[in-house]
Amino acid sequence: MTVIALPRIRLGPAWRQPLAVAGLAIALAWIVIAIFAPLLAPHSSLAQSFPASQSPSWAHPFGTDELGRDVFSRVIDGSRVTLPIAVVLVALAATIGSTVGAVAGYFRGVADGVLMRLVDLVFAFPPIILAMVVAAVLGRGLFNAALAIVVVAWPSYARVARGLVLQVGDSEFVQSARLLGASSRRTLFRDVLPNVAGPILVLATLDLANAILLLSGLSFLGLGAQPPKAEWGSMVAEGTQYFQWWWIGTFPGLAIFTVVLAFNFLGDSLRDVFDPRTARRVEE
Amino acid sequence: MTTAPASISPLPRGRLRRLGGAHGFARFVARRIAALALLLVGITAVAFVLTQLVPSNAVATNLGEQAAGDPAAVAAFKHHYGLDRPLPQRYGLYLWHTLHGDLGQSSLTHDAVTHDLGQTIPATAELALYAVLFAAIAGITFGVVAALRRNKPTDHLLRVASLAGISMPTFWIALIALYVGFYRLNWFPGAGRLEPGVDPPKSITGLYTIDALLHGDLGLFGQAFHHLVLPALVLAAFNVSLLTRFTRSAVLEVIGNDYVRAARAKGLPGRVVVVRYILRAALPAVVTVLGLVFANVLTGAVLVEKIFSWPGIGQYAYEAAVNLDVPSIAGVSIFVAVVYVTVNFVVDVLYGVIDPRIRLT
Repeated sequence: MTVIALPRIRLGPAWRQPLAVAGLAIALAWIVIAIFAPLLAPHSSLAQSFPASQSPSWAHPFGTDELGRDVFSRVIDGSRVTLPIAVVLVALAATIGSTVGAVAGYFRGVADGVLMRLVDLVFAFPPIILAMVVAAVLGRGLFNAALAIVVVAWPSYARVARGLVLQVGDSEFVQSARLLGASSRRTLFRDVLPNVAGPILVLATLDLANAILLLSGLSFLGLGAQPPKAEWGSMVAEGTQYFQWWWIGTFPGLAIFTVVLAFNFLGDSLRDVFDPRTARRVEE
Repeated sequence: MTTAPASISPLPRGRLRRLGGAHGFARFVARRIAALALLLVGITAVAFVLTQLVPSNAVATNLGEQAAGDPAAVAAFKHHYGLDRPLPQRYGLYLWHTLHGDLGQSSLTHDAVTHDLGQTIPATAELALYAVLFAAIAGITFGVVAALRRNKPTDHLLRVASLAGISMPTFWIALIALYVGFYRLNWFPGAGRLEPGVDPPKSITGLYTIDALLHGDLGLFGQAFHHLVLPALVLAAFNVSLLTRFTRSAVLEVIGNDYVRAARAKGLPGRVVVVRYILRAALPAVVTVLGLVFANVLTGAVLVEKIFSWPGIGQYAYEAAVNLDVPSIAGVSIFVAVVYVTVNFVVDVLYGVIDPRIRLT
């Protein structure tokens, strides 16, 4: 039944793209770091050594922070906070958004109208303002910050999924499935959604980058991870208070930058593969 | 999370019919206005729901202890804001107040929210204005260069650079910019819109640089400009990347056209072809990113204003959110969302003017 098998045909050349390879390498490196963090970190992320605020040295490659904690170990530990949360929240946003979009695009009519107005409504707020307000209302904390980002993130998937489902829904193989008497649910999940997966995956990869930026941004503002947790955004926030000790904020920021860059490299290359037009299209 | 151009919706197939010029356009605008109105009502509903979700004692925070002990004052307060009525009626009243410019009183500053917004908006507007200006100059230049050098090393370099640009957390760039520009080199002032103790120019627009110029005070203009260069550059960074990419693809759409080739063939100098023939045709498409740029600037403003102690709306929104100052949160949300959807509406209509096909969607 899968007629539009875009991904498999054109995936080959993707890996010849240096950006995709670089992105994948950096992302994998960070995943390995996150998995083996306890083995890689030379110190506990909470252990203090005095005097505090030492500049980078062999004993402390990234220096120590204002409380004498090893910044290198904290940066490594931070990967265990940011990466899993970002992946889970993007997966959640993608699932919710695609389902809503698919329902809207498949059933059209009233469902479409109502759901898409809801999407418009979320889009009416700049992401960080809405996320900040939701996070604040729910109460400070990493979990609530992640939840707030899901609230902000799902509509993009709904829009993309709806557009694709509208397109696929008109295609002959879906029409014939319907004619053969397949139920709505079966057609939607077996015939329509698999063909929508590619672009959603691209969006999710790019969104991973956005989610990490937003999550660390909320933590930077004090609405996400709470001290003494080693979270990159809140570590940069500590750095802004003592910026004569540049290493406290610079290295965690560098960690965010490299992870986000990796997903942007990957997502950008994937986008070229899946739909060369997307990069040129403008959001309506 | 609108930083990535997300829409892949197809152009309308099978219903391409000719629309009678002005009439079709009027209908297009009318439809957009209807959608806008619906959206505005929705925005106030969201803001209202938010105010209801926060567990707070509106009477105590707004009236102060003494008045809160006075039953008459409490009753008057409750009546004014409709706290003694059922939820739908309260929303109606909230809408009524909002339409009349009454967004309530901030529980943090104890001023009217509209007053606070009036104080903070110009600061952010000034910062945003320069940020967008810097970003447009750099982004459009880079985009044109990348397109002209398509698939050459310069293009690849600019692609990596612009991906790097959208990957750097704004608050991190701000930290590094402050460390280098202020702490190490001391080229830029650290915080605020003016030196401490300096009086701002008499307000006309609220934008210090413009007001200073209007009053003919060049010294003050220099100082205000000096203060905003660093935060504006930081705020611009993300958008430079975005504009580079959009300009590049817009230019690429145009560059292969016959009239461009003809212009070159008749021997016009390269610069003239780029500016008069290519850019002129490509720039309208770039206008469509403005909505996105605006969202990015606001997002960045929240983070940048905090670091640079810039007394703008981002800082205000942050303070309101952190302190659960409900009326301010709602007020800021409404204001920002209204501006945001209005910008998008204007961009939509502009795009409809530029590209009549869009009117059909």
